[in-house]
Order: sequence, then structure tokens, then C-alpha cells
Amino acid sequence: MSSSSRSPQQPVLQLQQLTRVHGSGATEVHALRGIDLDVFPGELVAVMGPSGSGKSTLLTIAGGLDVPSSGRVIVENTDITTADRKTLAALRRRSIGYVFQDYNLIPALTAAENIALPRELDGTSARKARREAITALEEMSLGHLADRFPDEMSGGQQQRVAIARALVGDRRLVLADEPTGALDSETGESVLALLRARCDGGAAGVLVTHEPRFAAWADRVVFLRDGAVVDQTVRSDADSLLTGRTAER
Amino acid sequence: MSIRHGLLALLERGPRYGSQLRTEFESRTGSTWPLNVGQVYTTLSRLERDGLVEQDGEDEAGHALYTITHAGRTELRVWFERPVDRTSPARDELAIKLAMAVGAPGVDIRDVIQSQRRHTVKAMQDYTRLKAQALTALESGAERERDDVAWLLVLEQLIFQTEAEARWLDHCEARLIRLSATAQQPGAVVASPAAPRRVPEPGGAASLPGGVRPGGLPPGGVTGPRRPAPPHRRR
Repeated sequence: MSSSSRSPQQPVLQLQQLTRVHGSGATEVHALRGIDLDVFPGELVAVMGPSGSGKSTLLTIAGGLDVPSSGRVIVENTDITTADRKTLAALRRRSIGYVFQDYNLIPALTAAENIALPRELDGTSARKARREAITALEEMSLGHLADRFPDEMSGGQQQRVAIARALVGDRRLVLADEPTGALDSETGESVLALLRARCDGGAAGVLVTHEPRFAAWADRVVFLRDGAVVDQTVRSDADSLLTGRTAER
Repeated sequence: MSIRHGLLALLERGPRYGSQLRTEFESRTGSTWPLNVGQVYTTLSRLERDGLVEQDGEDEAGHALYTITHAGRTELRVWFERPVDRTSPARDELAIKLAMAVGAPGVDIRDVIQSQRRHTVKAMQDYTRLKAQALTALESGAERERDDVAWLLVLEQLIFQTEAEARWLDHCEARLIRLSATAQQPGAVVASPAAPRRVPEPGGAASLPGGVRPGGLPPGGVTGPRRPAPPHRRR
């Protein structure tokens, strides 16, 4: 992912001067203190930091599941902090996908039905939604899981299905909160490789993790401390790494 | 030493000449530890002196060929069987740096930790990308080249090593925060109004002790009393 290939593009997600204060007065807690972050199509950004640093708060607000105390959250050019309920709900259905540590698939539905559900809720016909779901699964070499129920799949398979669901249809933003938390290290890695591949295919991803080995799959690693970005890395040209010509971008 | 045994391992597959050994060593390890031809010949002449290899004619282009001796094979087998010594650890610049940063005037140890963490995680990102490429190459290749597999193992070693370092840095930071918090504890815990209290994120782990300044360790934090008096308890 070179910066030149994405700089002309609009960010899929923009966080601008985001703050979040819990409580007030003596018990006031600043969970986020003025976060700025842009995530472009094709980019996977990892957010790291000690517990309590604001990682999950950031992700919940970016996904419209919580509201900031101040600042703006712009998803696909819509400011979700000022959007009305209906717009917000539509945006959450159409533009934002979530991946959680515990997969969150609906147990009574098959893999394909789990993926089709948000599309059907959004008005797509059942037949079309199913077709999209199968396509999404096949693109990720998961076609054989289409008719399995969650309890017939391994954790790693469920998480891959959850990623397929997060990016079905026109959704281009996937927000993943410790998606590898419940997986063994090798399965976790393959889930990350899949997320990486989806971003290489044009999606924008934000990954919250405390595992450096998983964060290392990202293009950019943002370090949070006490609710503020203290540092970040960008990926260098890997081919020059071992010859010592590593260039900072 | 690893170059010595590395060359023996390559020679076990048949006679080789100097620059050929260099090329094979590098392609097996992905040029992670580049060799120059001078090193190769110096090592070969030491191996020859010790009776582990011998010169064995020339190839058609006139390169002097080396071959492994019986003693060389024995030495190689012993090397594979013997674990690498870990009882006298190599000098680690980072460990020395952090040890020196503890209590050093004018040095914010958290800044030292963070700048290293950034650098280490960045190296991991790069190794991870190389690994992803190596995996793709292996999966698409008709047969698994020995060198590709060897390179993957070396890359993963680099990833594990940097991961260990990143985890250790996280641990150092957490440790220093805990120590400075305990150092502050004797008597009443006075959290200044300006000092924000940290709370766990939704679903997050336990909170850090209150009163820790966000910007860094309190002055004298880690150099404070080692064994603070027990907190005053009623009754």
C-alpha cells in the first residue's frame, strides 16, 4: 500500500478532535482526549495501548455505538455525530461492519444467513442477499461453510464468517475489537491475514489489539496512552528492510 | 560459531567453492546476516586448519573446491545435537539502555520505552509483510523449496524476537507505573485534582492505581523508597 496510491482518495473514516468524558465533577474521567485519525480505503490501522488507554472507546464511538463528548466522526462523508437516528441506523447497516472477540454470530442462523441478515434488514431481497452472502464467502474461500451453523464451526471459522459479514455488500469499513482474543495463535494469525487481504482489496480497517504480533499486520500502528495518541508507526518498504535502506515515510 | 557450522552444513551436501557458499548461506537465511567473501574464506581456512574441511581440486571454472572431512561431519552432528548456549546471554544494548535510564537525570524512561516500542513494532510490521509474501510464495509454488522454508523460519524467528521485545517494553512500562504508585502510597493517597483517574474501558481490565500522572512517572518515582512503610490501617 503506497501512500501515493491512496492520497487522492477520501478517508472512509475520519475522527476529528474526538473527546469522551465519562461522569462529571469529581468522578470525571477523560477516556479520549482530542483524537485525530483518518483511515483510507485499502488501509488497516491497528490501535494499541495499555488497558484503560481508550482503545475500545475509540472503536465504539467510530462505529456509532457510543457518542463523543465533543469532536466529529465522519464515515463515508457523513458526520455521524450530528446525523439523525434514521441516517445513523442506515449508515451502521450499510457502511460499518464490526468484528468482536466473541464472533457474535446468531446461533440459529447458518453462516450464509448470518451474512445475509443485515442486507435483508436493509431491504435487499432474500434471494439477492443470499447470493451476495455466498459470493462473500467464496471470495474468502469459505464457500463450504455456507450452510453450517455457528456451533458447527471452529472459532477461527466463525471469526472468518464474521469478517465476511462485516464487509458484505457495499460496506467498506470494518472495526475489529480484539478479533483474535479467543483464538489460538496460529488461527489468530490466519484471521489477521484475512482481514489484511480484505483491506488490500479496498476496505478500510481499524483493529484494536494488545498483541504486537497481530498489530504488525497493519499498515499503521497507533499508540494510545491516557486517551491520546502518543505515537504511531508507518510501514516502510519491506524489501529494503534487510538491506538497511529502510526509509521512513 | 554459526558461520563455521553453517558452512559445514552446506558442505555436507557436496563440495562447494567460497562464493558459492556465501550465496547459499544468504539464500537460506534471506540475507538476514550478510556474509562477505573474505569472511567465508577466513572461516574456510580455519576449518581447514582444524581438519574439518579440505581442499579438493577445482571445478571447470577454476574455483578451488572445499569438501567436508569425517571430523567435520562429526563436528556438525554434535552442533545439531547440542543446544545453543543461553547461560551467558549476549550483551543487549536495549536492556543496558533501560537499566541506565532508571533514575537518570533528564531522561524520561517512558519516552525511551515508547520510541523503542515504535521502532520495534515497525520492524515487526515489515517482517510480517515479508512473511506474508513468503507464505504466498510457498502456497503458490508447485514444490516447497528448501530455501523458501528456511527463510520463512528465519523471518518468524525475527518476528518472535521483536514480539518478545515489544511485550517486554509493555511490561517495563507497566512495572514502572506500579512501582511509582507504590512509592507514593505511604500515608494518605493524595490524588491531586489535576491528576485524572483512569478507569477501565468497557470490558477492559482492571484500572491502574489512581494518581498516576499521564505524562510520565512522578519525579523520583522509581528511585523512591524500595520498601514503603505499610499504609496506615485503622484498627
